[in-house]
Amino acid sequence: MSDTSVVSNTLDIEAIRSQFPILHQKVNGKQLVYLDNAATNQKPQSVINALEHHYAADNANIHRGIHTLAERSTTAFEDTRKAVQAFINSNEVEEIIFTKGTTESINLVASSWGRKYLNEGDEIIVSGLEHHSNIVPWQLIAEEKGARVRAIPVLDNGDLDIAEFSNMLSNKTKLVAVNHASNSLGTINPVHEIIKMSHEAGAKVLIDGAQASSHLTIDVQALDADFYALSAHKMYGPTGVGILYGKRSLLEKMPPYQGGGEMIKDVSFDKTTFNDIPYKFEAGTPNIADVVAFKAAIDFINDLGKENIAAYEEELLSYATAQLNEIEGVRIIGQAQNKVSVISFVVDGIHHFDLGMWMDAKGVAVRTGHHCTQPLMDRFSIEGTTRASFSVYNTIAEIDIFVEALKDIIKKLKP
Amino acid sequence: MSQSIQEVQNEIIEEFSMLDGDMEMTIGYVMELGETLEPLEEEQKTDDNIVKGCQSKVWLDAKPNGDKIHFKADSNTAITKGLVSILVRILSDRTPQEIVDADLFFIDKVGLNRFIGTQRSNGLGAMIKQMKIYGLAYTAKAN
Ligand SMILES: Cc1ncc(COP(=O)(O)O)c(C=O)c1O
Repeated sequence: MSDTSVVSNTLDIEAIRSQFPILHQKVNGKQLVYLDNAATNQKPQSVINALEHHYAADNANIHRGIHTLAERSTTAFEDTRKAVQAFINSNEVEEIIFTKGTTESINLVASSWGRKYLNEGDEIIVSGLEHHSNIVPWQLIAEEKGARVRAIPVLDNGDLDIAEFSNMLSNKTKLVAVNHASNSLGTINPVHEIIKMSHEAGAKVLIDGAQASSHLTIDVQALDADFYALSAHKMYGPTGVGILYGKRSLLEKMPPYQGGGEMIKDVSFDKTTFNDIPYKFEAGTPNIADVVAFKAAIDFINDLGKENIAAYEEELLSYATAQLNEIEGVRIIGQAQNKVSVISFVVDGIHHFDLGMWMDAKGVAVRTGHHCTQPLMDRFSIEGTTRASFSVYNTIAEIDIFVEALKDIIKKLKP
Repeated sequence: MSQSIQEVQNEIIEEFSMLDGDMEMTIGYVMELGETLEPLEEEQKTDDNIVKGCQSKVWLDAKPNGDKIHFKADSNTAITKGLVSILVRILSDRTPQEIVDADLFFIDKVGLNRFIGTQRSNGLGAMIKQMKIYGLAYTAKAN
Protein backbone atom coordinates (compact mmCIF):
# COMPACT_ATOMS: atom_id res chain seq x y z
CA MET A 1 0.00 0.00 0.00
CA SER A 2 2.42 2.63 -1.20
CA ASP A 3 0.17 4.59 -3.46
CA THR A 4 -2.02 7.45 -2.35
CA SER A 5 -4.74 6.31 -4.74
CA VAL A 6 -5.27 3.23 -2.59
CA VAL A 7 -6.71 5.39 0.12
CA SER A 8 -10.45 5.18 -0.07
CA ASN A 9 -11.20 8.81 0.08
CA THR A 10 -13.00 11.45 -1.84
CA LEU A 11 -10.12 13.90 -1.55
CA ASP A 12 -7.68 14.36 -4.41
CA ILE A 13 -4.50 14.54 -2.37
CA GLU A 14 -2.20 15.35 -5.26
CA ALA A 15 -4.40 18.31 -6.17
CA ILE A 16 -4.32 19.41 -2.54
CA ARG A 17 -0.53 19.08 -2.39
CA SER A 18 -0.16 21.27 -5.44
CA GLN A 19 -1.73 24.10 -3.46
CA PHE A 20 1.16 24.05 -0.96
CA PRO A 21 4.27 25.53 -2.55
CA ILE A 22 6.48 24.84 0.46
CA LEU A 23 6.11 21.08 0.14
CA HIS A 24 7.83 21.02 -3.22
CA GLN A 25 11.40 21.47 -2.15
CA LYS A 26 14.47 19.53 -1.19
CA VAL A 27 16.15 19.82 2.17
CA ASN A 28 19.63 18.41 2.65
CA GLY A 29 19.41 17.11 -0.89
CA LYS A 30 16.27 15.04 -0.21
CA GLN A 31 12.62 15.64 -1.02
CA LEU A 32 11.03 17.30 2.01
CA VAL A 33 8.62 15.13 3.99
CA TYR A 34 6.94 17.46 6.44
CA LEU A 35 5.57 15.61 9.47
CA ASP A 36 5.67 18.35 12.07
CA ASN A 37 2.12 19.48 11.52
CA ALA A 38 1.10 19.52 15.16
CA ALA A 39 3.64 22.29 15.73
CA THR A 40 2.35 24.29 12.79
CA ASN A 41 1.02 23.15 9.48
CA GLN A 42 1.75 24.60 6.05
CA LYS A 43 -0.22 27.24 4.22
CA PRO A 44 -2.08 26.82 0.94
CA GLN A 45 -1.57 29.32 -1.87
CA SER A 46 -4.97 30.86 -1.13
CA VAL A 47 -3.80 31.92 2.34
CA ILE A 48 -0.55 33.31 0.95
CA ASN A 49 -2.53 35.16 -1.72
CA ALA A 50 -4.94 36.61 0.82
CA LEU A 51 -2.04 37.93 2.85
CA GLU A 52 -0.44 39.47 -0.19
CA HIS A 53 -3.72 40.88 -1.47
CA HIS A 54 -4.38 42.58 1.82
CA TYR A 55 -1.10 44.46 1.76
CA ALA A 56 -1.18 45.07 -2.00
CA ALA A 57 -4.75 46.30 -2.23
CA ASP A 58 -6.70 46.83 0.99
CA ASN A 59 -4.38 47.73 3.83
CA ALA A 60 -5.68 50.35 6.27
CA ASN A 61 -6.31 50.49 9.97
CA ILE A 62 -9.68 49.12 10.87
CA HIS A 63 -12.82 50.32 12.62
CA ARG A 64 -11.75 53.95 12.90
CA GLY A 65 -11.24 55.16 9.35
CA ILE A 66 -13.99 56.45 7.10
CA HIS A 67 -12.16 56.12 3.81
CA THR A 68 -12.57 53.32 1.32
CA LEU A 69 -9.53 51.26 2.24
CA ALA A 70 -10.46 51.40 5.91
CA GLU A 71 -13.89 50.17 4.97
CA ARG A 72 -12.49 47.29 2.93
CA SER A 73 -10.02 46.29 5.60
CA THR A 74 -12.63 46.43 8.31
CA THR A 75 -15.06 44.36 6.28
CA ALA A 76 -12.45 41.70 5.53
CA PHE A 77 -11.41 41.62 9.19
CA GLU A 78 -14.99 41.22 10.40
CA ASP A 79 -15.69 38.63 7.69
CA THR A 80 -13.09 36.41 9.32
CA ARG A 81 -14.87 36.81 12.63
CA LYS A 82 -18.07 35.63 11.00
CA ALA A 83 -16.25 32.71 9.41
CA VAL A 84 -14.88 31.70 12.81
CA GLN A 85 -18.33 32.00 14.32
CA ALA A 86 -19.68 29.56 11.76
CA PHE A 87 -16.61 27.31 12.08
CA ILE A 88 -17.10 26.74 15.80
CA ASN A 89 -20.84 27.42 15.76
CA SER A 90 -20.94 30.12 18.39
CA ASN A 91 -24.27 31.72 19.03
CA GLU A 92 -23.11 35.25 18.33
CA VAL A 93 -20.31 36.78 16.34
CA GLU A 94 -19.42 39.09 19.26
CA GLU A 95 -18.36 36.03 21.26
CA ILE A 96 -15.27 35.68 19.05
CA ILE A 97 -12.24 37.64 20.28
CA PHE A 98 -9.11 37.83 18.16
CA THR A 99 -5.85 37.15 19.98
CA LYS A 100 -2.40 36.22 18.83
CA GLY A 101 -3.00 32.57 19.50
CA THR A 102 -4.12 29.93 21.94
CA THR A 103 -1.52 31.01 24.47
CA GLU A 104 -2.79 34.55 24.58
CA SER A 105 -6.40 33.38 24.67
CA ILE A 106 -5.71 31.30 27.76
CA ASN A 107 -3.76 34.10 29.39
CA LEU A 108 -6.64 36.46 28.69
CA VAL A 109 -9.05 34.23 30.60
CA ALA A 110 -6.57 33.62 33.41
CA SER A 111 -5.91 37.35 33.83
CA SER A 112 -9.36 38.74 33.31
CA TRP A 113 -11.75 36.04 34.49
CA GLY A 114 -9.26 34.63 36.98
CA ARG A 115 -8.53 37.97 38.57
CA LYS A 116 -12.20 38.68 39.08
CA TYR A 117 -13.52 35.29 40.14
CA LEU A 118 -10.74 33.32 41.80
CA ASN A 119 -10.29 33.44 45.55
CA GLU A 120 -8.12 31.85 48.17
CA GLY A 121 -8.68 28.12 48.46
CA ASP A 122 -10.31 27.81 45.03
CA GLU A 123 -9.20 25.07 42.70
CA ILE A 124 -8.41 25.05 39.00
CA ILE A 125 -8.30 21.63 37.43
CA VAL A 126 -6.12 21.08 34.39
CA SER A 127 -5.01 17.72 33.05
CA GLY A 128 -1.77 15.80 32.87
CA LEU A 129 -1.97 16.07 29.08
CA GLU A 130 -1.77 19.84 28.96
CA HIS A 131 0.60 21.98 26.96
CA HIS A 132 2.58 24.36 29.19
CA SER A 133 0.42 27.18 27.85
CA ASN A 134 -2.59 25.63 29.59
CA ILE A 135 -0.70 25.12 32.85
CA VAL A 136 1.53 28.11 33.50
CA PRO A 137 -1.09 30.90 33.15
CA TRP A 138 -3.18 29.09 35.78
CA GLN A 139 -0.20 28.68 38.07
CA LEU A 140 0.52 32.38 37.82
CA ILE A 141 -2.99 33.50 38.69
CA ALA A 142 -3.36 30.75 41.30
CA GLU A 143 -0.25 31.95 43.06
CA GLU A 144 -1.53 35.49 43.05
CA LYS A 145 -4.90 34.45 44.42
CA GLY A 146 -3.91 31.67 46.79
CA ALA A 147 -5.77 29.19 44.63
CA ARG A 148 -4.54 25.72 43.74
CA VAL A 149 -3.91 24.01 40.41
CA ARG A 150 -4.60 20.28 40.25
CA ALA A 151 -4.14 17.88 37.35
CA ILE A 152 -6.34 15.04 36.13
CA PRO A 153 -4.10 11.94 35.96
CA VAL A 154 -3.29 10.29 32.66
CA LEU A 155 -3.83 6.55 32.22
CA ASP A 156 -1.20 4.27 30.68
CA ASN A 157 -2.84 4.37 27.25
CA GLY A 158 -2.84 8.16 27.20
CA ASP A 159 -6.49 8.68 28.11
CA LEU A 160 -7.49 10.91 31.00
CA ASP A 161 -8.64 9.20 34.18
CA ILE A 162 -12.21 10.47 34.13
CA ALA A 163 -13.21 8.49 37.21
CA GLU A 164 -10.52 10.27 39.17
CA PHE A 165 -11.58 13.58 37.66
CA SER A 166 -15.03 12.98 39.04
CA ASN A 167 -13.51 12.56 42.52
CA MET A 168 -11.49 15.73 42.16
CA LEU A 169 -14.47 17.93 41.37
CA SER A 170 -15.94 19.76 44.35
CA ASN A 171 -17.48 23.06 45.27
CA LYS A 172 -13.92 24.42 45.43
CA THR A 173 -13.48 23.81 41.70
CA LYS A 174 -13.92 27.12 39.92
CA LEU A 175 -12.48 26.29 36.53
CA VAL A 176 -11.54 23.24 34.49
CA ALA A 177 -9.07 23.80 31.66
CA VAL A 178 -8.30 20.85 29.38
CA ASN A 179 -7.35 20.33 25.79
CA HIS A 180 -9.69 18.95 23.19
CA ALA A 181 -6.83 16.90 21.77
CA SER A 182 -3.32 16.37 23.09
CA ASN A 183 -0.42 17.72 21.06
CA SER A 184 2.00 15.15 22.47
CA LEU A 185 -0.01 11.94 22.34
CA GLY A 186 -2.93 12.78 20.09
CA THR A 187 -5.53 11.70 22.65
CA ILE A 188 -8.95 13.16 21.94
CA ASN A 189 -10.47 14.00 25.27
CA PRO A 190 -14.14 13.48 26.10
CA VAL A 191 -14.68 17.21 26.43
CA HIS A 192 -18.44 16.99 26.20
CA GLU A 193 -18.52 14.75 29.25
CA ILE A 194 -15.89 16.82 31.05
CA ILE A 195 -17.89 20.00 30.51
CA LYS A 196 -21.09 18.39 31.72
CA MET A 197 -19.44 17.05 34.87
CA SER A 198 -17.75 20.38 35.55
CA HIS A 199 -20.96 22.33 35.15
CA GLU A 200 -22.72 20.00 37.54
CA ALA A 201 -20.03 20.88 40.08
CA GLY A 202 -20.56 24.56 39.35
CA ALA A 203 -17.26 25.11 37.55
CA LYS A 204 -16.60 26.92 34.28
CA VAL A 205 -14.67 25.17 31.52
CA LEU A 206 -12.02 26.35 29.09
CA ILE A 207 -11.17 24.07 26.19
CA ASP A 208 -7.77 24.40 24.54
CA GLY A 209 -8.64 23.55 20.95
CA ALA A 210 -5.21 24.16 19.44
CA GLN A 211 -4.86 20.57 18.27
CA ALA A 212 -8.51 19.98 17.54
CA SER A 213 -9.13 22.86 15.18
CA SER A 214 -7.85 21.31 11.97
CA HIS A 215 -9.01 17.78 12.69
CA LEU A 216 -12.26 17.74 14.64
CA THR A 217 -15.66 19.31 14.23
CA ILE A 218 -16.07 21.99 16.85
CA ASP A 219 -19.47 23.08 18.09
CA VAL A 220 -19.12 25.26 21.17
CA GLN A 221 -22.85 25.37 21.74
CA ALA A 222 -23.34 21.62 21.56
CA LEU A 223 -20.34 21.25 23.88
CA ASP A 224 -21.65 24.04 26.11
CA ALA A 225 -18.04 25.24 26.47
CA ASP A 226 -17.61 28.44 28.45
CA PHE A 227 -14.35 29.31 26.71
CA TYR A 228 -12.67 27.81 23.68
CA ALA A 229 -9.21 28.76 22.38
CA LEU A 230 -7.47 28.01 19.10
CA SER A 231 -4.58 29.15 16.86
CA ALA A 232 -4.86 29.87 13.13
CA HIS A 233 -1.37 28.58 12.38
CA LYS A 234 -2.33 25.04 13.31
CA MET A 235 -5.17 25.08 10.80
CA TYR A 236 -3.39 26.09 7.58
CA GLY A 237 -3.61 29.74 8.57
CA PRO A 238 -1.09 32.43 9.40
CA THR A 239 0.96 32.67 12.57
CA GLY A 240 0.15 35.36 15.09
CA VAL A 241 -3.63 34.94 15.09
CA GLY A 242 -5.91 32.96 17.30
CA ILE A 243 -9.27 33.31 18.86
CA LEU A 244 -10.88 33.11 22.21
CA TYR A 245 -14.52 32.13 22.23
CA GLY A 246 -16.39 33.02 25.39
CA LYS A 247 -20.05 32.98 26.25
CA ARG A 248 -21.45 36.50 26.07
CA SER A 249 -22.75 36.32 29.62
CA LEU A 250 -19.20 35.65 30.85
CA LEU A 251 -17.31 38.01 28.59
CA GLU A 252 -19.57 40.93 29.45
CA LYS A 253 -18.83 40.61 33.15
CA MET A 254 -15.10 40.20 32.71
CA PRO A 255 -12.79 43.20 33.14
CA PRO A 256 -10.61 44.25 30.19
CA TYR A 257 -7.40 42.37 29.66
CA GLN A 258 -5.28 45.18 28.25
CA GLY A 259 -5.91 48.89 27.97
CA GLY A 260 -5.48 51.00 24.88
CA GLY A 261 -7.22 52.13 21.73
CA GLU A 262 -10.19 50.26 20.31
CA MET A 263 -11.22 48.79 23.65
CA ILE A 264 -12.68 51.99 25.06
CA LYS A 265 -15.94 53.87 24.66
CA ASP A 266 -14.92 57.16 26.23
CA VAL A 267 -11.73 58.19 27.94
CA SER A 268 -11.31 61.00 30.39
CA PHE A 269 -8.99 61.37 33.34
CA ASP A 270 -11.95 61.03 35.64
CA LYS A 271 -13.54 57.99 34.14
CA THR A 272 -13.02 55.69 31.19
CA THR A 273 -15.78 53.50 29.90
CA PHE A 274 -15.14 50.39 27.93
CA ASN A 275 -16.30 49.24 24.55
CA ASP A 276 -18.68 46.33 24.08
CA ILE A 277 -17.46 42.82 23.42
CA PRO A 278 -15.52 41.72 21.48
CA TYR A 279 -13.71 45.07 21.17
CA LYS A 280 -13.32 45.42 24.92
CA PHE A 281 -10.71 42.65 24.67
CA GLU A 282 -9.01 43.83 21.49
CA ALA A 283 -6.88 46.76 22.59
CA GLY A 284 -4.62 48.33 19.99
CA THR A 285 -4.26 47.71 16.28
CA PRO A 286 -4.70 43.99 15.81
CA ASN A 287 -2.85 41.70 13.41
CA ILE A 288 -5.16 42.76 10.59
CA ALA A 289 -3.49 41.09 7.62
CA ASP A 290 -3.16 37.72 9.28
CA VAL A 291 -6.71 37.84 10.58
CA VAL A 292 -7.90 38.57 7.04
CA ALA A 293 -5.85 35.68 5.63
CA PHE A 294 -7.14 33.38 8.36
CA LYS A 295 -10.47 33.35 6.55
CA ALA A 296 -8.84 31.77 3.51
CA ALA A 297 -7.60 28.97 5.79
CA ILE A 298 -11.08 28.37 7.16
CA ASP A 299 -12.44 28.33 3.62
CA PHE A 300 -9.76 25.81 2.67
CA ILE A 301 -10.86 23.47 5.46
CA ASN A 302 -14.55 23.98 4.73
CA ASP A 303 -14.07 23.35 1.03
CA LEU A 304 -12.44 20.00 1.70
CA GLY A 305 -14.87 19.18 4.49
CA LYS A 306 -13.80 18.43 8.04
CA GLU A 307 -15.21 14.90 7.88
CA ASN A 308 -13.22 14.13 4.75
CA ILE A 309 -10.06 15.52 6.28
CA ALA A 310 -10.61 13.57 9.49
CA ALA A 311 -11.32 10.33 7.64
CA TYR A 312 -8.21 10.68 5.51
CA GLU A 313 -5.97 11.60 8.43
CA GLU A 314 -7.37 8.64 10.32
CA GLU A 315 -6.18 6.38 7.49
CA LEU A 316 -2.74 7.97 7.62
CA LEU A 317 -2.61 7.51 11.38
CA SER A 318 -3.65 3.89 11.40
CA TYR A 319 -1.27 3.07 8.55
CA ALA A 320 1.64 4.75 10.35
CA THR A 321 0.71 3.13 13.65
CA ALA A 322 0.65 -0.32 12.09
CA GLN A 323 4.01 0.29 10.44
CA LEU A 324 5.67 1.54 13.62
CA ASN A 325 4.26 -1.33 15.64
CA GLU A 326 6.18 -3.71 13.40
CA ILE A 327 9.56 -2.17 14.12
CA GLU A 328 11.43 -3.80 16.96
CA GLY A 329 12.48 -1.43 19.71
CA VAL A 330 9.89 1.21 18.81
CA ARG A 331 7.34 2.00 21.50
CA ILE A 332 4.40 4.26 20.72
CA ILE A 333 3.53 6.55 23.62
CA GLY A 334 -0.21 7.16 23.67
CA GLN A 335 -2.51 4.45 22.39
CA ALA A 336 -5.86 5.98 23.17
CA GLN A 337 -8.86 4.72 21.27
CA ASN A 338 -9.59 8.18 19.90
CA LYS A 339 -6.63 10.09 18.55
CA VAL A 340 -5.97 12.93 16.16
CA SER A 341 -3.22 12.24 13.63
CA VAL A 342 -0.32 12.49 16.04
CA ILE A 343 2.03 9.63 16.77
CA SER A 344 4.66 9.90 19.48
CA PHE A 345 7.25 7.23 20.04
CA VAL A 346 10.51 6.32 21.68
CA VAL A 347 13.18 3.95 20.39
CA ASP A 348 15.16 1.78 22.79
CA GLY A 349 18.74 2.94 23.11
CA ILE A 350 18.42 5.87 20.72
CA HIS A 351 18.00 9.42 21.92
CA HIS A 352 15.22 11.33 20.18
CA PHE A 353 17.60 14.18 19.43
CA ASP A 354 19.90 11.91 17.41
CA LEU A 355 16.92 10.36 15.70
CA GLY A 356 15.38 13.71 14.79
CA MET A 357 18.64 15.13 13.49
CA TRP A 358 19.22 12.09 11.34
CA MET A 359 15.63 12.18 10.07
CA ASP A 360 16.24 15.78 9.01
CA ALA A 361 19.33 14.70 7.12
CA LYS A 362 17.00 12.38 5.20
CA GLY A 363 14.58 15.22 4.48
CA VAL A 364 12.01 14.12 7.05
CA ALA A 365 10.85 16.85 9.43
CA VAL A 366 9.65 15.43 12.75
CA ARG A 367 9.46 16.94 16.20
CA THR A 368 11.61 15.76 19.07
CA GLY A 369 11.63 16.66 22.74
CA HIS A 370 9.01 17.17 25.40
CA HIS A 371 6.62 19.09 23.12
CA CYS A 372 5.98 21.66 25.86
CA THR A 373 4.38 18.95 28.00
CA GLN A 374 7.00 18.19 30.60
CA PRO A 375 4.58 16.91 33.25
CA LEU A 376 3.30 14.40 30.70
CA MET A 377 6.83 13.22 29.88
CA ASP A 378 7.46 12.79 33.61
CA ARG A 379 4.28 10.75 33.83
CA PHE A 380 5.70 8.28 31.32
CA SER A 381 9.21 8.51 32.84
CA ILE A 382 10.71 9.70 29.58
CA GLU A 383 12.65 12.80 28.64
CA GLY A 384 10.90 13.25 25.36
CA THR A 385 9.64 11.54 22.24
CA THR A 386 9.91 11.72 18.52
CA ARG A 387 6.60 12.85 17.10
CA ALA A 388 5.21 12.56 13.60
CA SER A 389 1.96 14.38 12.94
CA PHE A 390 -0.05 14.46 9.76
CA SER A 391 -2.09 16.97 7.83
CA VAL A 392 -4.36 16.48 4.86
CA TYR A 393 -1.53 16.95 2.35
CA ASN A 394 0.54 14.08 3.71
CA THR A 395 0.52 10.77 1.88
CA ILE A 396 0.96 7.08 2.50
CA ALA A 397 4.06 7.30 0.30
CA GLU A 398 5.51 9.88 2.71
CA ILE A 399 4.80 7.63 5.66
CA ASP A 400 6.68 4.89 3.84
CA ILE A 401 9.67 7.22 3.45
CA PHE A 402 9.48 8.10 7.13
CA VAL A 403 9.25 4.45 8.18
CA GLU A 404 12.13 3.41 5.91
CA ALA A 405 14.20 6.30 7.28
CA LEU A 406 13.44 5.20 10.80
CA LYS A 407 14.42 1.59 10.09
CA ASP A 408 17.65 2.70 8.48
CA ILE A 409 18.58 4.98 11.36
CA ILE A 410 17.82 2.29 13.92
CA LYS A 411 20.05 -0.10 12.01
CA LYS A 412 22.86 2.46 12.01
CA LEU A 413 22.53 3.64 15.59
CA LYS A 414 21.44 0.57 17.48
CA PRO A 415 24.15 -0.07 20.09
CA MET B 1 55.47 20.09 19.55
CA SER B 2 51.74 19.62 19.39
CA GLN B 3 49.55 21.28 16.80
CA SER B 4 48.22 24.76 17.33
CA ILE B 5 44.50 25.48 17.70
CA GLN B 6 44.67 26.80 14.16
CA GLU B 7 46.26 23.64 12.80
CA VAL B 8 43.81 21.30 14.51
CA GLN B 9 40.93 23.26 13.06
CA ASN B 10 42.42 23.09 9.57
CA GLU B 11 42.79 19.35 9.99
CA ILE B 12 39.14 19.03 11.00
CA ILE B 13 38.06 21.14 8.04
CA GLU B 14 40.06 18.83 5.80
CA GLU B 15 38.41 15.72 7.28
CA PHE B 16 34.91 17.09 6.83
CA SER B 17 35.59 18.27 3.31
CA MET B 18 35.78 14.64 2.26
CA LEU B 19 32.11 14.23 3.15
CA ASP B 20 31.07 16.61 0.37
CA GLY B 21 28.52 18.35 2.57
CA ASP B 22 26.34 15.22 2.65
CA MET B 23 24.29 15.66 5.79
CA GLU B 24 23.85 11.99 6.60
CA MET B 25 27.55 11.30 6.18
CA THR B 26 28.37 14.35 8.25
CA ILE B 27 26.16 13.17 11.08
CA GLY B 28 27.59 9.68 10.85
CA TYR B 29 31.11 11.03 11.02
CA VAL B 30 30.32 13.31 13.94
CA MET B 31 28.94 10.31 15.81
CA GLU B 32 32.06 8.31 15.05
CA LEU B 33 34.19 11.07 16.49
CA GLY B 34 32.12 10.84 19.64
CA GLU B 35 33.33 7.27 20.11
CA THR B 36 36.90 8.55 20.41
CA LEU B 37 36.14 10.90 23.26
CA GLU B 38 38.09 10.24 26.45
CA PRO B 39 35.42 8.96 28.85
CA LEU B 40 34.21 11.13 31.65
CA GLU B 41 33.81 9.21 34.89
CA GLU B 42 30.18 8.71 35.94
CA GLU B 43 30.81 10.54 39.21
CA GLN B 44 31.88 13.60 37.21
CA LYS B 45 28.47 13.76 35.56
CA THR B 46 27.13 16.00 38.26
CA ASP B 47 24.61 18.77 37.97
CA ASP B 48 27.44 21.20 38.62
CA ASN B 49 29.18 19.98 35.51
CA ILE B 50 26.08 20.19 33.31
CA VAL B 51 26.09 22.75 30.57
CA LYS B 52 22.48 23.63 30.07
CA GLY B 53 20.91 22.60 26.79
CA CYS B 54 17.34 21.76 26.06
CA GLN B 55 17.24 18.41 24.30
CA SER B 56 20.69 17.07 25.00
CA LYS B 57 22.84 17.30 28.08
CA VAL B 58 26.51 18.09 28.05
CA TRP B 59 28.81 17.51 31.01
CA LEU B 60 32.10 19.34 31.06
CA ASP B 61 34.89 18.90 33.56
CA ALA B 62 38.08 21.00 33.61
CA LYS B 63 41.29 20.18 35.48
CA PRO B 64 44.62 22.01 35.50
CA ASN B 65 47.40 20.08 33.84
CA GLY B 66 50.65 21.99 34.37
CA ASP B 67 50.07 25.41 32.88
CA LYS B 68 47.29 24.02 30.70
CA ILE B 69 43.65 23.04 31.13
CA HIS B 70 42.56 19.49 30.48
CA PHE B 71 38.91 19.07 29.49
CA LYS B 72 36.81 15.96 29.74
CA ALA B 73 33.24 15.91 28.52
CA ASP B 74 30.29 13.73 27.65
CA SER B 75 26.75 14.00 26.36
CA ASN B 76 23.63 11.90 26.52
CA THR B 77 23.13 12.12 22.75
CA ALA B 78 25.47 10.68 20.18
CA ILE B 79 25.55 13.69 17.85
CA THR B 80 26.28 16.15 20.60
CA LYS B 81 28.91 13.82 22.00
CA GLY B 82 30.63 13.91 18.62
CA LEU B 83 30.51 17.68 18.50
CA VAL B 84 31.80 17.84 22.05
CA SER B 85 34.70 15.59 21.10
CA ILE B 86 35.69 18.05 18.37
CA LEU B 87 35.72 20.93 20.82
CA VAL B 88 37.76 18.92 23.31
CA ARG B 89 40.20 17.97 20.57
CA ILE B 90 40.69 21.64 19.74
CA LEU B 91 40.67 23.23 23.19
CA SER B 92 41.89 20.63 25.67
CA ASP B 93 45.47 20.84 26.94
CA ARG B 94 45.82 24.47 25.96
CA THR B 95 46.84 27.37 28.13
CA PRO B 96 44.00 29.44 29.57
CA GLN B 97 45.02 32.35 27.35
CA GLU B 98 44.91 30.20 24.22
CA ILE B 99 41.43 29.02 25.14
CA VAL B 100 40.17 32.53 25.80
CA ASP B 101 41.63 33.80 22.52
CA ALA B 102 40.56 30.85 20.37
CA ASP B 103 38.66 31.79 17.24
CA LEU B 104 36.60 28.73 16.33
CA PHE B 105 36.49 29.33 12.60
CA PHE B 106 36.03 25.63 11.78
CA ILE B 107 32.35 25.76 12.77
CA ASP B 108 31.33 27.84 9.74
CA LYS B 109 33.74 26.08 7.44
CA VAL B 110 32.49 22.55 8.04
CA GLY B 111 28.81 23.45 8.07
CA LEU B 112 28.41 22.62 11.72
CA ASN B 113 26.83 25.97 12.51
CA ARG B 114 23.56 24.18 11.79
CA PHE B 115 24.15 22.13 14.95
CA ILE B 116 26.01 24.62 17.01
CA GLY B 117 23.70 27.45 16.04
CA THR B 118 20.76 25.66 17.61
CA GLN B 119 22.28 26.25 21.00
CA ARG B 120 19.04 25.98 22.77
CA SER B 121 18.56 22.42 21.66
CA ASN B 122 22.01 20.98 22.15
CA GLY B 123 23.86 23.16 24.57
CA LEU B 124 26.93 23.33 22.41
CA GLY B 125 27.10 27.09 22.21
CA ALA B 126 26.84 27.01 25.97
CA MET B 127 29.68 24.51 26.09
CA ILE B 128 31.99 26.78 24.10
CA LYS B 129 31.12 29.60 26.44
CA GLN B 130 31.78 27.42 29.46
CA MET B 131 35.18 26.35 28.14
CA LYS B 132 36.10 30.00 27.68
CA ILE B 133 34.86 30.82 31.17
CA TYR B 134 37.18 28.13 32.55
CA GLY B 135 39.96 29.72 30.49
CA LEU B 136 39.19 33.12 31.98
CA ALA B 137 38.98 31.76 35.51
CA TYR B 138 42.36 30.08 35.22
CA THR B 139 43.88 33.19 33.66
CA ALA B 140 42.62 35.23 36.57
CA LYS B 141 44.06 32.72 39.03
CA ALA B 142 47.43 32.76 37.30
CA ASN B 143 47.53 36.52 37.57
C1 LIG C 1 -2.48 21.67 22.82
C2 LIG C 1 -1.83 22.99 22.60
N1 LIG C 1 -2.18 24.04 23.36
C3 LIG C 1 -1.64 25.25 23.19
C4 LIG C 1 -0.67 25.48 22.25
C5 LIG C 1 -0.10 26.85 22.13
O1 LIG C 1 -0.46 27.41 20.92
P1 LIG C 1 0.20 28.76 20.42
O2 LIG C 1 1.67 28.56 20.53
O3 LIG C 1 -0.27 28.87 19.00
O4 LIG C 1 -0.30 29.86 21.28
C6 LIG C 1 -0.26 24.43 21.45
C7 LIG C 1 0.81 24.65 20.45
O5 LIG C 1 1.75 23.89 20.33
C8 LIG C 1 -0.85 23.16 21.63
O6 LIG C 1 -0.49 22.13 20.87
